Amino acid sequence: MTSHAEAAHEHHGPPEANRSSRVDARVLGMFLFIASEAMLFGSFFTAYFFVRVVNPDAPAEWPPEPFHFPVFVAGVNTAILVTSSFTMHWALQSIKRGQRTAFLAGMVLTFLMGLAFLLTQVVEYLNVGFNTSDGAFASVFFGLTGLHGAHVFVGLSLLGIVIVRGFRGHYSPEHHHGVELPGIYWHFVDIMWIVVYSAVYLI
Amino acid sequence: MESPFRSEAAAFRLVLVTIGAFALIVAAALLIDPWAGVVVWAVITAAAVWVYLRQRGPAPPREQVEHVGAPDERRVLVVANETVEGEELMSAISELALGSKAEFLVVSPALNSRLKTWTSDEDPARAAAQHRLDATLARLASIGIEARGEVGDVDPLVAIEDAVRLFHPDEIVVSTHPEGRSNWLERGVVASARERFDVPVTHVVVDLEARAGR
Repeated sequence: MTSHAEAAHEHHGPPEANRSSRVDARVLGMFLFIASEAMLFGSFFTAYFFVRVVNPDAPAEWPPEPFHFPVFVAGVNTAILVTSSFTMHWALQSIKRGQRTAFLAGMVLTFLMGLAFLLTQVVEYLNVGFNTSDGAFASVFFGLTGLHGAHVFVGLSLLGIVIVRGFRGHYSPEHHHGVELPGIYWHFVDIMWIVVYSAVYLI
Repeated sequence: MESPFRSEAAAFRLVLVTIGAFALIVAAALLIDPWAGVVVWAVITAAAVWVYLRQRGPAPPREQVEHVGAPDERRVLVVANETVEGEELMSAISELALGSKAEFLVVSPALNSRLKTWTSDEDPARAAAQHRLDATLARLASIGIEARGEVGDVDPLVAIEDAVRLFHPDEIVVSTHPEGRSNWLERGVVASARERFDVPVTHVVVDLEARAGR
C-alpha cells in the first residue's frame, strides 16, 4: 500500500479531483438539470395560472368561447406517450438481461410512439381553430404544449441515436449507460406532459 | 437523499406515481371544484417532499486512506470548532507528538449558519475560523509542536474529506463540546467519520464552560 501511495505521489500534474461533497457527480448533474427544467416549465405554468386565475379579466370558461381544446385526441396522445414510457422501461430491462432483440423492439416502439405523439400534436395545431393572436390563453396553450413538444423532439433525437447505436451492436448488459440517460430524459418528458395535459386540457 | 431521477427505473416509478397523483388531482377538480384539485395537489406535493426529505440515500463506500511518507512517520489530522484552543485537545496533541514522529494538520471548519452559507455570506465565518486557527498554531508552536492549519468547509465531514484527500492522515482527531452541547455530536459527525474513513478516529471532548467556571 505504501509503495502504491509513493507511486501516486510521484504523479505529476494536478491532484485527483476532490468532489468535496458526498453527492455523486452524475446524480448532482441530473439534479441540476431537472431543477433548471422545472424552473423553465415553472415559468410557463406561472404564466398559465396568471392568465387563467390571477388576471381580473380571466375568462369564465376555459378555453374562452367559442374555442375548444381537442381533449379526446390529446387524451389518446397522452395514452400513447405514457405507453412509450413502458416500452422504454422494457427496452432497458431487456438490454440489462442481454435480450438484444427485445431491446431493439422496445426502442423502436418507443421512438415510433414518440413520433406519433409529435405528429399528432402538429396535426392538432393545424386544426385547433385558433392561433397565438387569439388571446393570452392561446399564447399560453401554444407556449406550454410547444415547449413540451420541443422536449419530445430532443428526446426523439436521443432515442434515434440509441436505436442507430443499438443496431450497430452497441450496448450490453454491462454497458448500457447510453440507454439509461435518454430513458431518464424520456420519463421526465412523459411526466411533464401528464402535468401539462392535466392542467391545460382537463382542469 | 436519493434523486428520483437517479436511474431509469427510478424515473419510471416516478412516471407511475405522477399518473396516480394527477388522476387524483383531476378527479378532485372535476368532481368537486377546481380549488379542490389545487388542495389535493398541495397535499400530495407536501407529502412527496416530506417522504423525499426523510429517506436516506445509500451510505458512501468506506474510504481507504493510504499511508504516505516515511514508514515511521505518522500524519494526524485534527478537526475542531470552537474547541480548537481547548486544554484537552492540546494535551491530546502533545501526547501524540511524544509517541513518534508526527506531522499535524489542524482544520478549523468555517462555522456558519445555513442561511448565510446559502447566501454565500462566509467571509466573517472564515475570518473567525482563521483567527482561532492562528491562535492554536501559535500555542502549539510555543510548546514545540510544528503544525500546519487550514480553514475547512462549513460541514465538518466535508472538511475532513477535503483534508483526507490531500493530507492522507494515519489518524483523525475530532474535538467537540460535551454531549448535549455539541451540534457535531448531535449530527453524528464522529460516528460518521468512523464509518467513512479507514483510519483510527479519536474523539476529544473539550468542556469550555467548565473551564470558564473554574
